[in-house]
Amino acid sequence: MSSNPSFLPEFRRGFLDIAPLTLGVVPFALLFGTLAAQKGLSPLETVLMCASVYAGGAQFVSIEVWAHPVPVLAVIAATALANSRYLLMGAALRPHLRTLPLVVRLGFVGIHSDETWALALRRRKTHDLTPGYVAGLVGFFYLNWPFWCGVGAVFGGAIDDPARFGADFMFAALFIGLIRGLWQGRSSLLAICASALTAWVVHRYVSGHWYIFAGAVAGMAAAALTCRADASAQEAEA
Amino acid sequence: MTVDTVHLMTIAGMALVTLAMRLGGYVLVRYVTLRGRAAVAMEAMPVAVLTALIVPTALATGPAETIAAAITALAAWRLPLIVAVAIGTVCVVLLRMGFS
Repeated sequence: MSSNPSFLPEFRRGFLDIAPLTLGVVPFALLFGTLAAQKGLSPLETVLMCASVYAGGAQFVSIEVWAHPVPVLAVIAATALANSRYLLMGAALRPHLRTLPLVVRLGFVGIHSDETWALALRRRKTHDLTPGYVAGLVGFFYLNWPFWCGVGAVFGGAIDDPARFGADFMFAALFIGLIRGLWQGRSSLLAICASALTAWVVHRYVSGHWYIFAGAVAGMAAAALTCRADASAQEAEA
Repeated sequence: MTVDTVHLMTIAGMALVTLAMRLGGYVLVRYVTLRGRAAVAMEAMPVAVLTALIVPTALATGPAETIAAAITALAAWRLPLIVAVAIGTVCVVLLRMGFS
């Protein structure tokens, strides 16, 4: 590793690091485009959402809440809730970006995803981050998402009666899988139980989307109130 | 290729709150550090939100959906995400046939 690495080799390194994930995102992008089309978004709107929001998990959440007429505030609030982890992720990036010019730093923070965040922090364990590496990491990976979502939107809109293929259940299946990926042991289990119970009661007795907010708050409270003080301090350091 | 005004405003709102989260953490960490229970609560938020979202489908629709959700959870424990989603979706189609 030279002390002043040139742009192209660094770009190639970043590109190769993210390449398998770039391919892995494609089926999810096709699925998202399909679901968005079923909810009445045009392909162009789907591409606009993917390019501007650029947060897969939160977009699946927002499309689940999406209805006619559009519950605008509920969709935006659900997006904010689902993306709140970026507050922590953006905070965790700060000490690792000092070697980058300000424009690259803000650009990366403004557009990072779970995948590019994790790979940038992994790279940082052995090397300083460079503009070339960050560009290679983010460039194609960013364009990949709206492109394949758009493809999914064009073809997914043509499917009749999606429930016949279980497409309406895909959301639930996907979210269960995402919960598995975020699993952190006991605190996750308590958060899930508290959230499920609260959301079930609120969904049954209160109309609208309040069950999402109620479940989220109950789950967070359960995790916070039951954590041991020493364990929580360690988690905060990590 | 149409763009509805309400759709566009909703998407713009979603993009703005997301950008605020991404940049917000980076900027605020200079001034505040989340510790202890506040950090644990923040870390639990994505899981809590996702759980609440699936409750109407998984617990309040019918036996086919509840059983398929449990099978999906078991599958997700060991298998890649997209495989677990496929298994859960196939299960719900078969179970709906069985329960109808």
